[in-house]
Amino acid sequence: MAFAGLYNYWIVVVLMMIGFYVVIAQGNLVKKIFGLNIFQVSVFVLYITMSKVDGGTAPILDDRYQVYSNPLPHVLILTAIVVGIATMALGLALVVRIREAYGTIEEEEIEQQEGELP
Amino acid sequence: MKHKAVLRVSSKLLMPPIMLFALYVQFHGDFGPGGGFQAGVIFASAFILYALLFGVNQARRVAPAGVIRTTLALGVLLYAGTGVAGLLLGGNYLNYSVLAHDQVHGQHLGILIIEFGVGMTVASAMITIFFIFAGRGRDERGE
Amino acid sequence: MAVIGLAYIFLRNLFAVVMLSGMFSLTAAVLYVVMDAVDVAFTEAAVGAGIATVLGLATLGLIGVVNEKPSKRSFLGPFLVVLVTGAVLINATLDMPDFGDPNAPIHHHVAPRYIEDSGREVGVPNIVTSILASYRGYDTLGEVTVIFTAACGVLVLLGRTRRRKPHGQETGDRETASGDGEAAK
Repeated sequence: MAFAGLYNYWIVVVLMMIGFYVVIAQGNLVKKIFGLNIFQVSVFVLYITMSKVDGGTAPILDDRYQVYSNPLPHVLILTAIVVGIATMALGLALVVRIREAYGTIEEEEIEQQEGELP
Repeated sequence: MKHKAVLRVSSKLLMPPIMLFALYVQFHGDFGPGGGFQAGVIFASAFILYALLFGVNQARRVAPAGVIRTTLALGVLLYAGTGVAGLLLGGNYLNYSVLAHDQVHGQHLGILIIEFGVGMTVASAMITIFFIFAGRGRDERGE
Repeated sequence: MAVIGLAYIFLRNLFAVVMLSGMFSLTAAVLYVVMDAVDVAFTEAAVGAGIATVLGLATLGLIGVVNEKPSKRSFLGPFLVVLVTGAVLINATLDMPDFGDPNAPIHHHVAPRYIEDSGREVGVPNIVTSILASYRGYDTLGEVTVIFTAACGVLVLLGRTRRRKPHGQETGDRETASGDGEAAK
């Protein structure tokens, strides 16, 4: 009974941990940015699943329905998605610049090149 | 190349409906899902489709950099300007109720204007970002 | 969705990673529709499956790297960190309200006011739009400013195109980037 009601949170935690692992463990910069994307989507899923009401419908006013799902998290997530894409665009621009400056996008090789300089 | 001819013709046919759909989503955001952000992204995707198939230099002639940068800033200005208009007409900042003769109409008008501003900025931003990514590194090859 | 996420970790080919990210976003959009979040699904599908994939592919074309190099670091350390964090989070979720419960605290404070009064005060059927544009209009102003700033940031970082120079004056990196970009298309 506890499991059936809580499984949506556990899925979110699993997704979040996968994204977290990609960000901290993989050395490739492009993969890290897309791993961050997974992390963000998992947080959005958390909010959206919390906003659902049993038997509710989409929050658009209509005479046929009385129960609506909570619209407030939808608004927050809408903003968050757009801000997420903005940071991703900036991150990818930085990756292009890093590649031009260091010649590589693997974190280990960048650290090696940094280590060689005094 | 023959396969490019098929893509070019079909994309030329598709672009006007895409832009029309973007405008539909923009102005029907009040009655169904939609609104400024979604419409801006869809509108930008029409230009991105054009740039993918015809080259960034050609696309730059259709959407010059100066115009896109102007619309980028104009969208934000429109939004903030509506807020200031609310101030000037007697209400608080971003209070739409004072924009028209009664509250509901004022809110409608205010929402329409700011969603348009949002759509304009989002579309210009996406177009700018894509054109920069796609246009870089091509000057030497002269595509 | 977890399967797609796991594939991220094990795939080497970056092109496949970008495509998978598009699939991931599309699956998330379908999930949002099932959860009655239609506006969010629309935005996620347009932005995540559209713009993110296009930008990722454009980046790959620019940097010319198609495969990830195998890492020499051991994966145990981060794996343990991930396991511990996951266990702590699951412990925290045991107190949370059940899925779809209409009596959850989230539905009781401001949301009923928005749902009930939005028709009367704003007159717009789509409650999400009325909250986004009217009740929380300030936040949306900030968001538009963030988009504007991101576009300006990309303009500053990458906007200055290098003018045409004779080949001998270009740096070595530049040549490989544009050469591989052509091949990677």
